[in-house]
Amino acid sequence: MELVYVICVGVLTFSGIFLCLRGRTFPVVVGLTMLGYAVNMFLFSSGRLHLNGAAVLGKAEQYADPLPQALVLTAIVIGFAMIAFVVILSMRARADLGSDFVDGREPPDTSKMIDKKRGQA
Amino acid sequence: MIEHLPILPIIVPMVGGLFMLLPPFSGVERYNNRRVFAFILAVSQLLIALWMLQTVTQGPAMMYAVGNWQPPFGIILFADPLSAMLVTLNSFLGLGIILYAFAGEDRAGRYFHPLIQFQILGINGAFLTNDLFNLFVFFEVLLIASYSLLIHAGQKQRIESAVHYVILNLIGSSIFLFALGTMYGALGTLNIADMALKISSLNESNRLLAHIGGAMLLVVFGLKSAMLPLQFWLPKTYAAAPAPVAALFAIMTKVGIYCIFRVYTVIYGEQAGELADVIVPYIWPIAIATITVGTIGALSNPSLRGMAGNLVIVSIGTLLLAFALRTPEATAAAFYYLIHSTLATAVLFLVADMIGLQRGKAVDRFVVTRKLRNQVFLGICFFITAMAVAGLPPFSGFLGKLVVLQAAVTNNEKALVYASLLISSLVTIVAFSRAGTTIFMRHSPTKDVSDSPGISRWQFVGTLFLLGAIPMLSLAGASILSLTEQAASQLHNVQNIIEIMGLARGEP
Repeated sequence: MELVYVICVGVLTFSGIFLCLRGRTFPVVVGLTMLGYAVNMFLFSSGRLHLNGAAVLGKAEQYADPLPQALVLTAIVIGFAMIAFVVILSMRARADLGSDFVDGREPPDTSKMIDKKRGQA
Repeated sequence: MIEHLPILPIIVPMVGGLFMLLPPFSGVERYNNRRVFAFILAVSQLLIALWMLQTVTQGPAMMYAVGNWQPPFGIILFADPLSAMLVTLNSFLGLGIILYAFAGEDRAGRYFHPLIQFQILGINGAFLTNDLFNLFVFFEVLLIASYSLLIHAGQKQRIESAVHYVILNLIGSSIFLFALGTMYGALGTLNIADMALKISSLNESNRLLAHIGGAMLLVVFGLKSAMLPLQFWLPKTYAAAPAPVAALFAIMTKVGIYCIFRVYTVIYGEQAGELADVIVPYIWPIAIATITVGTIGALSNPSLRGMAGNLVIVSIGTLLLAFALRTPEATAAAFYYLIHSTLATAVLFLVADMIGLQRGKAVDRFVVTRKLRNQVFLGICFFITAMAVAGLPPFSGFLGKLVVLQAAVTNNEKALVYASLLISSLVTIVAFSRAGTTIFMRHSPTKDVSDSPGISRWQFVGTLFLLGAIPMLSLAGASILSLTEQAASQLHNVQNIIEIMGLARGEP
């Protein structure tokens, strides 16, 4: 179980960071969402993983740490609100700036800026 | 009543801000009610903060268990002289910028005053909490208020810089949560005092986790405080924000610095065994590089507000340098410099805004344009602020830099601290001279100034209120320095913090 869990968190973090580095706002927002999922799963595992462990004393022989569950709940709520805000902000930026690039304009095409005859003369 | 004092700086702006969304205060046309209420709230916050400051400096530090859940289990608010001092600074700054915003900035949108209250709530909470996860929550509160304030009365460049700012800070929040998970996994607690108690008795693998968690926290606090590789967002964001908001943002970078002092003195302090002072070797080069980059930025930036943003970075570098010295004396010096630099940069943003309003299309860029209408008043304000920020006597910047210089003890420290601080001060003076001569002495002769807007009396009051604090800081220098010394010695006395929390009786 640990291995599957670790791979899930790792893949989500990887995808999140990769998408955050893209140039347009849509992939960046999706990337932030994925990073948020990865973080929540990671936080959940910080109390160690238990099978069949209730978070209440006396209900099972083994009990899980209840604090990370409370932390995750808080983190989910805050993350949700933040993603909602960034979605609205990027829509507003699309309208105001006239493009959906994070920098507000299309990056210059560097291949066209190089002189074709460079290095030949 | 007095035992509930630590939560009042959080409750008052929260309830007050929520009230301002309700009928007697909501609506476009009722801005006057909002103004009166915001003023009353700001004054009462300042009084509460001063009361708290007086209580904790004369008696022991106060602990407040929210919901009466005792440490290490519940969320603990902890008001020591350091927290109380910074809450007072925040309330003072808040009152000043609310007065300044009465000039008209608060009418550009309906929610200006509630948002300012929520921003103050988040900053106060971050200063007062003693629980790392609660610190995260208050960071989010102050961030979401700052996002909205940044795009207040939207404009093209505000939206553009807000996109960068929001995305960066969301990534920062994710890293914060990763760090918290790592540290909770290693230490099994999130109470700062309890973590300080447990960190020295970790086994090999958990110690590595705690080390990683500490390093990740430094990235988060570095992003908030704009230390070197993470400072690129700051000048553009601060230059784009409305002036009162930019002035309030001057304390937001200091929240990051406060967290660095709190976390790496209490948790990773001297008593942390093998993890003692793990980040100090990184701080030295970062601090010097931050000062260098900020100074070069101040010299090269073509506008006054951009220059002010870069000077914020220089002040952060100076504070990090004082942190790296790791003695209570250096910490006390850092706190004095922190108070001074917050107020001085806040005033600089306000002065830059007033100058920009009177220069037509040139705004605050360093180009030859029409003469200012209130040449004398703005010139005096600019001169005092520039002297304070650059560190010339008799103003507080001189005293602040002097105590930081005096805190360096060994020859190596002296070489690094003296060289970086004095050279950056000299370059700052050059940058200010260039700015001042262009703005106040070089103008095109033909242009008529009679159509320039004058200074509103609220701008006058707000600026003078904050500006008056700069000479006061040097006049009352001895008492403020003794206050910061008390704050620093209590911060460094970790055993005392653990005892106040009632955690010293051994493992729970």
